[in-house]
Amino acid sequence: MNSLALPIVFAALLVVAALVGIPSYPLHIMIVILIWAFTYTGWSLMGRFGLVSLGHGAFMGLGAYATALLWNYAGMTPWLGIPIALALAALLAVIVGYPCFKFRITGHYFALVTLALTEVVRQTVIATRDHTGGSLGFTPTPRGNDDTPSIVALQFEDKETWFLIAVVVWLVGLLIWRAVDRSMVRHALDAVSEDEDSAAAAGINVTWEKLKITVLSAVMTAFGGAMYVQYQLFVAPDTVSGIGISLQIVFAVVAGGVFTQFGPTFGAIITLLLAELLRIYIGTDAVGLDNAIYGVALVLFIVFLPKGILGSIEDAVRRRLDRQERSSVTSSA
Amino acid sequence: MLTLSNVDAGYGTFQALFDCTLEVNAGEAVAVIGPNGAGKTTLMRVISGLIPARGGRMDMEGRDLVATPPHRIVDLGIAHVPENRRLFPRMSVEDNLRMGAFVPSARAAFSRRLEFVYDLFPRMKERRHQLAGTLSGGEQQMCAIGRALMSEPKLLLLDEPSAGLAPVIVQRIFELVRVIREQGLTVLIVEQNVQQVLRVVDRAYVLEAGSIRMSGAAEELAASDEIRRLYMGL
Repeated sequence: MNSLALPIVFAALLVVAALVGIPSYPLHIMIVILIWAFTYTGWSLMGRFGLVSLGHGAFMGLGAYATALLWNYAGMTPWLGIPIALALAALLAVIVGYPCFKFRITGHYFALVTLALTEVVRQTVIATRDHTGGSLGFTPTPRGNDDTPSIVALQFEDKETWFLIAVVVWLVGLLIWRAVDRSMVRHALDAVSEDEDSAAAAGINVTWEKLKITVLSAVMTAFGGAMYVQYQLFVAPDTVSGIGISLQIVFAVVAGGVFTQFGPTFGAIITLLLAELLRIYIGTDAVGLDNAIYGVALVLFIVFLPKGILGSIEDAVRRRLDRQERSSVTSSA
Repeated sequence: MLTLSNVDAGYGTFQALFDCTLEVNAGEAVAVIGPNGAGKTTLMRVISGLIPARGGRMDMEGRDLVATPPHRIVDLGIAHVPENRRLFPRMSVEDNLRMGAFVPSARAAFSRRLEFVYDLFPRMKERRHQLAGTLSGGEQQMCAIGRALMSEPKLLLLDEPSAGLAPVIVQRIFELVRVIREQGLTVLIVEQNVQQVLRVVDRAYVLEAGSIRMSGAAEELAASDEIRRLYMGL
């Protein structure tokens, strides 16, 4: 399942389908799923090594707000604004991560630190409401106002363009996942997550290895935030930052499967469909119900299905194959 | 090879080692013995950089250890087998060994070292795909020693290798120490099993309440009335 052939075939099918013409609502859902899947993949890079961050809303918000604010107030094209936003996310990750890793703040305590981070970013957005629009959110200036070319503003009228961008972004996310999975960093962090002391005694620079993956994860999440605001052309604390988003990220990845390449993508499909179904069938009567469901489901998954839906299915398939192989070996012997 | 002079160390406001001076020469096996809580494990952790020395000097073959960050200490040829084995329980035996050769200089020699460890401990080869957490106590100790040997160290730090093992297995572990010495390694071993350890080392230091109280050749200490009374119950 970890080969890239499958996603490329799948992506090609999606692209062909998009060019043939998919109605705009399903196309929209797919774009959003792909962008979230990228963000979730970013979170899973930390989550799989026991670095449970409840603060990725902060990085996502930073990516989204920095990009949009630079565009609105400094007239800076997102082509420059996004790299700056990513650099800021990397810096924030170092500022928060370095002391945590240096002084061995792990497990629950690390989760609490990151939880606080989410709230700091949300409050900052609300406090600077003159520029950010506070909790009401704000809209990046449409390029139509001054005839900036679409490509410079990174704003596109048609969903097909966004769909192609989202497919590429998603594939890049999977590539990053695969590169990490095959690197020594992965072995090092697996060891660190099992026993920090032994890992250090084996010559692993624990602080540095953790910091690398945290920066990578934060930058990916910030990029997901930037893509989200460029596509939606609207940003508010509750849609890209805040505890709700951080919790949604954790839930989606845990539900999909944190140890497997397509787990986060699977999680994106589940959370998006759940949110859409709730919106359609229950409407605005139950604002926040999705968060309540995430919370309950998160507990259930952690207790009963810690490898997530996709992870557990893969395990079951692998066990079955193993059994078949073994029985064919014994029957031929 | 390894020299410690007037080393102090501790945790927070608690000082565990006072003014420790000790020396290990190339090719020697040296034991540090002493009661629970004397600071034996702290001594090992200071040498491998897991906790910082607060005072004094430490050198490995003339290179300053105090100023060396912990992840570089392996590169100087020191490998630490921590107390209670501390394997990576959800990794296979082979992956545990792989982590022992994590430092870039050791990675290149990975297959050669793996063969060396499997030759030394054929049991590890049989169990190479098994999760380390499911090994028996003695096998876990072998795996932990094997992991340390993967980085091709010159000096092996063994912290209580006999702890929690059945008497028969303890015999085998001390036998391993002998085998490791024959490979030309220098060994510094911390033990509570004083009687047994004095049979496999050349010299020993007695650590009490964080200070070195006594030192001498192994036979001398084994014959000393004080040591026999305090540590061997004779």
